Amino acid sequence: MKSIGLIAISVVASTLMMSAEAADGRLLGTGGATNIEGAAGGGLVPWAVISGYSEDDERGGTVALTRAQVDDYRLDVTAASFSYQNRLEISVAAQMFNLENLGAELRQHVFGVKYRVAGDLIYTSMPQISVGALYKRNTRYDIPELVGSQRDSDWEAYVAASKVWLAGPFDRTWLANVTLRATRANQFGLLGFGGDRGDSHQIAVEAATAVFLHRSLAVGVEYRQKPDNLSFAKEEDAMSAFVAWFPSKRVALVGAFLDLGSIAGATNQTGYYLSLQASF
Amino acid sequence: MKKLVSQCTVLLTLALLVLPTGSAQANQDDSLYRALGGEQGIQQLVEDLLFNVADDRRIRHHFVDIDIVRLHEKLSEQICELAGGPCEYTGDDMVKSHTGMGVTRADFNALVEALQLAMDDHQISISAQNRLLALLAPMHAEIVNR
Repeated sequence: MKSIGLIAISVVASTLMMSAEAADGRLLGTGGATNIEGAAGGGLVPWAVISGYSEDDERGGTVALTRAQVDDYRLDVTAASFSYQNRLEISVAAQMFNLENLGAELRQHVFGVKYRVAGDLIYTSMPQISVGALYKRNTRYDIPELVGSQRDSDWEAYVAASKVWLAGPFDRTWLANVTLRATRANQFGLLGFGGDRGDSHQIAVEAATAVFLHRSLAVGVEYRQKPDNLSFAKEEDAMSAFVAWFPSKRVALVGAFLDLGSIAGATNQTGYYLSLQASF
Repeated sequence: MKKLVSQCTVLLTLALLVLPTGSAQANQDDSLYRALGGEQGIQQLVEDLLFNVADDRRIRHHFVDIDIVRLHEKLSEQICELAGGPCEYTGDDMVKSHTGMGVTRADFNALVEALQLAMDDHQISISAQNRLLALLAPMHAEIVNR
């Protein structure tokens, strides 16, 4: 946890040193928020957008604090990202998952990289397309091992396509994103990777749609398919309905209703999500 | 319930992804022209746009040493025509008028923001703002990095 904090601080510090002023070359809201794995996107899904507001030769970054609270579990995430020229995004996230009924804690570090390969979110008719990879590492692994997880760290890879329509339905600005992710993570990796029911990477489909009621305020939904590798406990798809507020290019605040389905035997895990992101 | 939401999300997302990005043609009726305040409204809007540009140190260097009166005239014509008004744009095409300027992607976005501020000051509705931006956005490829 401490080392992630140090990495986050050094990312921010080096970003500030390299650019005398904060990146601001992109339009408000187009860096998205930070997802629970530290990648730019919605709360659950990594989108094709590159974090922050860097454009042309600018560099930038974000720092985000997130809490997701459902009936029997709490997830706290501290994340930071570095964005380079609206092309490359590097992220780190430290996740702390509290199993409230058991009084136990799981921790995971996620290292991410994302590269915009084609398109522009707004200005090309084709969507913006990015490819990304995540490396996830459990730092507390006794419980996942107990329930049949095959490994405590693993890679995921994804391709995402995002598009904004400035004047879509009802003459409002809309955003849509589809992400395909190769994964065998159990509960985002918090219960390890692979299991007795399945141990190879599968393609999970993730999607997000949002409408900007005002250029600083978006509402939307996200959906995320998940593998179901452990016979110990069924795993279900996740969804969120969110409100994202961008009062400036420096701050974003996201609130959401979360439905994570069944987690480790506890059914119908619903609750809220709150995230605060600062951009540099 | 979740299954319904998830199916709707995926369907809506896919539906949006196959929509065209926004009309590259000018408006067929004059509703946007009227929403922008007609000829006078557009001229005032462009005037405020240019004032905002002058205040924006990211892009004002592009506007030094140009005929600002002519720019105001041509921009007003262009927006009027795009918005379905009774005007004809008589300026140069976007490629010609921006060649050699080295307009960056950030510069383009800064101009969009100057226009948004001007439209806010003129209390133009969100719908009309979005419609105008959607008509101007396709010029990005003709203007940027030339």
